[in-house]
Amino acid sequence: MNQHHFAFFDEGSKKEIRRTILKAVAIPGYQVPFSSREMPIARGWGTGGLQITLSIIGREDCLKVIDQGSDESVNAVSIKKLVHNTTSVEITERTQEATIIQSRHRIPEIPLQGGQILVLQVPTPEPLRQVEPREYMTKILHSEEEYSGAWLQLFEQIMKYGRTATGADHPVYVNSRYVMAPSPIPRFDNVKMNESDALILLGAGREKKIYAIPPYTDVQSLAFEDYPFAVEEFSGKSCRFCGATDVFLDEVLDSATGDVHYQCNDTSYCLEQLNSHEKAKEESSYA
Amino acid sequence: MGYVAVKGGTEAIDASLRRLQYDRLKGEKILEIETILATMKSLVDQVMSESSLYAPYLAALAIKQAEGSMEEAVFIMRAHRSTLPRLYYSETAETERMEVKRRISASFKDIPGGQLLGATTDYTHRLMDFDLLNESVEMNAEWLHEFAKEVMELKPDAEVKYFPKVVDYLRKEGLFKNYSMDETSPFDITKQSIQFPVPRSARLQTLTRGQTGAVTALGYASLRGYGQVHPTVGEVRVGEIPVLISHPHELDESPENHYYIGEIEVTEVESFVPVKVKNEQNVEQLEFEIGYGICYGQNETKAIAMSILDQCLEHPASSFPTHDEEFVLMHIDSVEATGFISHLKLPHYVTFQSKLDSVRQVKKGEEQG
Amino acid sequence: MHNDAILSVKNLEKQFGPGCSTCHNESTRKLEKNYCPQCGTVYACRNISFNLFPGEILGIVGESGSGKSTLMQCLYFDEAATSGELILNNQEFQEENVLELSSQQKRYIRNYHFGMVYQNPLKGLKMDFSAMGNIAEKLIAAGGRNVAEMESIGKTLLEKVHIPLFRMKEEPKRFSGGMQQRVQIAKALSNNPPILFLDEVTTGLDLSVQASVLDLIKTIQRELGISMIVVSHDLAVIRMLADRTLVMLNGEIIEEGLTDQILEDPQNPYTQQLVYSLL
Ligand SMILES: Nc1ncnc2c1ncn2[C@@H]1O[C@H](COP(=O)(O)OP(=O)(O)OP(=O)(O)O)[C@@H](O)[C@H]1O
Ligand SMILES: [Mg+2]
Ligand SMILES: [Zn+2]
Repeated sequence: MNQHHFAFFDEGSKKEIRRTILKAVAIPGYQVPFSSREMPIARGWGTGGLQITLSIIGREDCLKVIDQGSDESVNAVSIKKLVHNTTSVEITERTQEATIIQSRHRIPEIPLQGGQILVLQVPTPEPLRQVEPREYMTKILHSEEEYSGAWLQLFEQIMKYGRTATGADHPVYVNSRYVMAPSPIPRFDNVKMNESDALILLGAGREKKIYAIPPYTDVQSLAFEDYPFAVEEFSGKSCRFCGATDVFLDEVLDSATGDVHYQCNDTSYCLEQLNSHEKAKEESSYA
Repeated sequence: MGYVAVKGGTEAIDASLRRLQYDRLKGEKILEIETILATMKSLVDQVMSESSLYAPYLAALAIKQAEGSMEEAVFIMRAHRSTLPRLYYSETAETERMEVKRRISASFKDIPGGQLLGATTDYTHRLMDFDLLNESVEMNAEWLHEFAKEVMELKPDAEVKYFPKVVDYLRKEGLFKNYSMDETSPFDITKQSIQFPVPRSARLQTLTRGQTGAVTALGYASLRGYGQVHPTVGEVRVGEIPVLISHPHELDESPENHYYIGEIEVTEVESFVPVKVKNEQNVEQLEFEIGYGICYGQNETKAIAMSILDQCLEHPASSFPTHDEEFVLMHIDSVEATGFISHLKLPHYVTFQSKLDSVRQVKKGEEQG
Repeated sequence: MHNDAILSVKNLEKQFGPGCSTCHNESTRKLEKNYCPQCGTVYACRNISFNLFPGEILGIVGESGSGKSTLMQCLYFDEAATSGELILNNQEFQEENVLELSSQQKRYIRNYHFGMVYQNPLKGLKMDFSAMGNIAEKLIAAGGRNVAEMESIGKTLLEKVHIPLFRMKEEPKRFSGGMQQRVQIAKALSNNPPILFLDEVTTGLDLSVQASVLDLIKTIQRELGISMIVVSHDLAVIRMLADRTLVMLNGEIIEEGLTDQILEDPQNPYTQQLVYSLL
């Protein structure tokens, strides 16, 4: 791989992507089209996020990549490998150490800090796609701030099910102007976007769009006054390893006993919790 | 530190890669790039066309690496293409200047310049050829020797002759509209993402790099009834066209100062499609329009299907999906379609957990309510 | 503009087709009805000017193809008028030709100031969303963000138009034509628009529903003071609803006045024919 250029792309391509990112930061929540290069990993497997990461990464950066909350998920490993082989930058699993965090479907549990950049991989950047299949039309709807369709979908869910029934990718209003798809993060993570200390960049490789949430931007999940936005419910449940309660939990079925267990979805967070418990135990035993 | 991260993912990938390597090597045969180039031309052509990178040698390498999978080979080529700096745009390539190997018209028996059947499988009988099981280099060499002798006995024309375009002849008769030369530089879909409605140049670029099967299927759908284009193939030509660039730093743009950088083989199709147009007097008249298809190498079906879709998209008012440019152009790219379909294999635990929660809450509400 | 008109239209033109050298110029134009036989261009609305006053119901009658629906769609911004002015007596857009505003501003006017019932329910409803959802769509567009409030407005209106509430969560595609029309009316009324456009609202309804819809329109006008333009080819409907009436023929207004006057003493030969054929 080392016969390739630093960070895979030629400099011209990287500059173009960075210009797109600048525009995206200038218009929070607006999907900026870009020409989206073909990557050595497949469309739909994180090429949008990867293009952002490769165009902004420098030798002194420290990178963390997660997929579904896990640093060791095969696709996360594969992306890390590609970036590392073409840049030799340092790779970490610790959220607080990373300068760039590329993620699919999660925002880490440890709060992001100023100066960090979160890069989210986006499969379907258009929040109105289910309301209107044509790109030409959705562009007009955004320009006119005409979001009745998005609201109407939520209203219909309330009519049918008595509550909104969105899963991940619950739409958000950014800076009181653009309705935006937060990428398929759970509703649990939507709130982390609001007034975030870190810069959040979102990349959709196949659909050729980049958009952004600059630090300290107002981000509100779409919800009616009398049906407030609700995150996934884990009350009374905790991680079977570290005991954490206020985190997004994976549900695991023990096939031998048929029991259901819960564990942190963010694996590096869980590990850190465990180690800090361990350390506390050691210290108290010395005392 | 007490606990350390499990390296499950890393180990799994390493093992998977080794297994893949094993599968490729276990037959203990090696396929040379030269062999692919010499014997798999259609495959090479198709890979170059769908990856929009004219590089037979790299295409052959990609085919070898992909173990014959079209979509994988195209994918490898496209990714490689992303790493190459783009230095020049060529001058407009003139297909009138094609060194024609094959050229036929379904519209006229006698076309100016004549029909030239060339090499085609069209009239072969697709019977399994068991002789190929015992093919030998010696026998092939002998055949080639005989063939060369026959060719030597032919007296070639003294001067190079270009084939005129069939459409030029009909244009003179006023059956096709004359357009003035449009010198606006084409939209480059590799440098900008397309925005709808798209200019025709972007449309043609998207179609020509479309997946052969997808372009053929949609062209067929239109022809069969899900579309309003019923073409006659005016001309199919296959051959080499020269590629020229002008000096990037010299202002003199005259053709004498262009640099010849090589030639590429293409298939070009001009389909004639009758359309009803109203003249100034509001009388409906029949006129012909051209559906245009072109692709790298020899792939006549794809080029013809492309010419149908080009015409369809020129008439967006029709309600058939084959006339809807977003429907056609957004769904024919091999890398995009196969990538997104295959991404469904990625874990979706978090999204599923989130949906599960939603469904449970709804159920809980129903039970209580 | 007429000082106290709530809406005024001046010289509105709408043509379908590019026109040709003969029909471009009004003096050399030789139309068959509204149609240029030379180039096939349709002059659907020609030099239309009128005022709508607060609380008034203005009727428009005319034969099929005379341009009534086209005029309504130009006023509601569904069709771009070829030329002309539309002025609203409204603080925000005082003295402005709203036909020339940005599409975002037009959408705003539509969402907050207008209601429309289309002749063809396919145009006015989302057939795959619930009847309640269709009403909510208009309320949401006009800033509604409270489900309970919207639901209660929707229920009241559906009751008013005689849609049984146990069917409110069904999609209009499963409704009869008359029911669809009534859902449209409920939807158009939902945001309390100061101006309402009704295009053939009672066409296709049976007599008893027709009567209750007409009654409803009357009541709304009386109680809410909404100004309305009511298009119908049915003079009985016009007689019952409209204070003043415009008569259209081939894209032009050929007669206008108080409804009673027009019905009792029509001046234009075409109007005479129309009125006497009714009798
Ligand atoms: N999209 C269009 N393209 C071309 N012509 C049109 C179009 N829409 C309407 N027209 C023409 O405009 C004229 C006026 O049509 P419109 O629908 O306004 O009539 P109307 O008065 O509402 O008739 P009806 O009573 O039958 O509803 C007709 O001649 C019609 O053919
Ligand atoms: Mg009408
Ligand atoms: Zn844990």
